[in-house]
Amino acid sequence: MSISSFKQFDRSERWQPNRSLNKWIQRSIVAIFGLFALISILTTFGIVMTLLVDAIPFFEEVPLADFLTDTEWTPLFTRKEYGIFVLISATFLTSVIAIAVALPLGLLSAICLSEYAPRSLRRWLKPALEILAGVPTVVYGYFALLFVTPVLRSFIPGMQPFNSLSAGIVMGIAILPMVASLSEDAIYAVPSSLRQGAYALGSTKREVILGVVIPSALSGIVASFILSISRAVGETMIVTIAAGQSPNLTLNPLVPVATMTAYIVQVSLGDAPAGSLAFKTIYAVGLTLFLITLVLNVFSFWFVRRFQQKYE
Amino acid sequence: MNTNTLENSVTEVIFQLEKVSVYYGSFEAVRKVYMDIPKNKITAFIGPSGCGKSTLLRCFNRLNDLIPGARVEGKITYHDKNLYSKDMEAVEVRRRIGMVFQKPNPFPKSIYDNIAFGARVNGYRGDMNELVEQSLRQAALWDEVKDKLRENGLSLSGGQQQRLCIARAIAIEPEVLLMDEPCSALDPISTLKIEELIQQLKQNYTIVLVTHNMQQATRASDMAAFFNVVTSEEGKRSGYLVEYNETIKLFNDPQEESTKEYVSGRFG
Ligand SMILES: Nc1ncnc2c1ncn2[C@@H]1O[C@H](COP(=O)(O)OP(=O)(O)OP(=O)(O)O)[C@@H](O)[C@H]1O
Ligand SMILES: [Mg+2]
Repeated sequence: MSISSFKQFDRSERWQPNRSLNKWIQRSIVAIFGLFALISILTTFGIVMTLLVDAIPFFEEVPLADFLTDTEWTPLFTRKEYGIFVLISATFLTSVIAIAVALPLGLLSAICLSEYAPRSLRRWLKPALEILAGVPTVVYGYFALLFVTPVLRSFIPGMQPFNSLSAGIVMGIAILPMVASLSEDAIYAVPSSLRQGAYALGSTKREVILGVVIPSALSGIVASFILSISRAVGETMIVTIAAGQSPNLTLNPLVPVATMTAYIVQVSLGDAPAGSLAFKTIYAVGLTLFLITLVLNVFSFWFVRRFQQKYE
Repeated sequence: MNTNTLENSVTEVIFQLEKVSVYYGSFEAVRKVYMDIPKNKITAFIGPSGCGKSTLLRCFNRLNDLIPGARVEGKITYHDKNLYSKDMEAVEVRRRIGMVFQKPNPFPKSIYDNIAFGARVNGYRGDMNELVEQSLRQAALWDEVKDKLRENGLSLSGGQQQRLCIARAIAIEPEVLLMDEPCSALDPISTLKIEELIQQLKQNYTIVLVTHNMQQATRASDMAAFFNVVTSEEGKRSGYLVEYNETIKLFNDPQEESTKEYVSGRFG
């Protein structure tokens, strides 16, 4: 039955909602947002296609088995080897160090900010944190190379001028504001009625935070963790500047390495002729990087969906 | 003036309020309340919405401490000790004075953990399973949830959530139970069950009950306090205590005109 057939029941001329205009506005809004959604989907699709178009010829020349099992990465040398795990090890190492710095410190600052800091402090500390997140990473890169590395070298014997330790630490500092800010949002969103309920049972502040607030905000906190892990894996500038460009299958944080991103930068800026096999390697590396971040993001999406709390 | 003290009665006084005012910032939400709350009795707070019943209730377990800007003036004693003195620990106070909130607020944890939480933070040494079952039984919820104790408390219906909150509050065996409209989200059957529970708890607990339901106040309470709102010249609405007496007297023979209108439903 259409809406208009209810007309006979209307009591008064004073009520005349403009249904056709509403419908029209509704449709155009859907169309505009649909267009934007389409653009972002097409962009993603385009990126994947670009990666695939050049990665496929690469894998026609280099068997996938070699790609996954070689222990050296020397596409620019005469004796060529293509062991992607050389680059993955470096990415893994720098990311783990960064995460070890960023997650605990980020979570602690989030807890401090939302639960302990006075409201007035929170009001300007939070935006300050977000500004810190916007400092260009190239600045952090030189901070690592020119400040952190010399300081660390003064007491760590055998540390090389380029190394994953200081790159990782500084990268951790760079992503810390993001972790802190996102976790803080999640913690702040926990309804105060839950806090009151916990206090009313005779809990101390610590018990309220650890027993109720953090568990209630868990899905948001974990989402912020995973997002920052993706950022660490994809981070480019800091590791290119401070960790070096020497592909090295190692988990030693004191020696130069080349992460996947640093390698892509190196080849893009270098003189490997476009279309050569050496140049195509960056598409294979890019595709690997894309897959790793995709898995992380899908996991994060699943996790948030699975554990998200709905408060009435 | 009416007398709000229980001088001539035999029962022991557990809370004594002397000129208690509560402010939110500069707004005076509750004005100069004097009253004595008897031990092991049920005291009902009634009055129109916004007259400060919840606000006053939160003074008894110092929950107003948590609200930024909230301030309590005057003196509240609990067993003759000043509730707001420096050496009184708010955490210890709240462990002895439990609360059920106006809106159900179960933790986003399993039904089991909702109840075990309070027991754990208070160092309960007994059998946890037994405590959970007994508390749920007392709150008339056990039969509905006994097969899904591991499910999230938020998956329950509103009324079930409220009973979970009641179970959670009585699990830590407080001495006083503050109940802020505990039945407002419940159906008549569960309401009756909760009222039975309240009667049963009376032997060991002191209960302060906020309610909008006149029948409930007459059925359940021994003492009743009627609060009303005065509007100041600047248009601020402050709550104050109009009349406080034994429930039978307050309902059958109210001294104040506004009480009479309110309890007979002709308020407004
Ligand atoms: N956290 C708060 N901050 C500021 N003002 C508040 C706060 N809580 C309550 N008030 C104000 O205090 C007054 C009393 O509120 P309260 O919640 O105590 O009323 P109530 O009697 O419990 O009403 P109801 O029957 O509707 O629950 C109201 O004017 C309200 O606006
Ligand atoms: Mg209320």
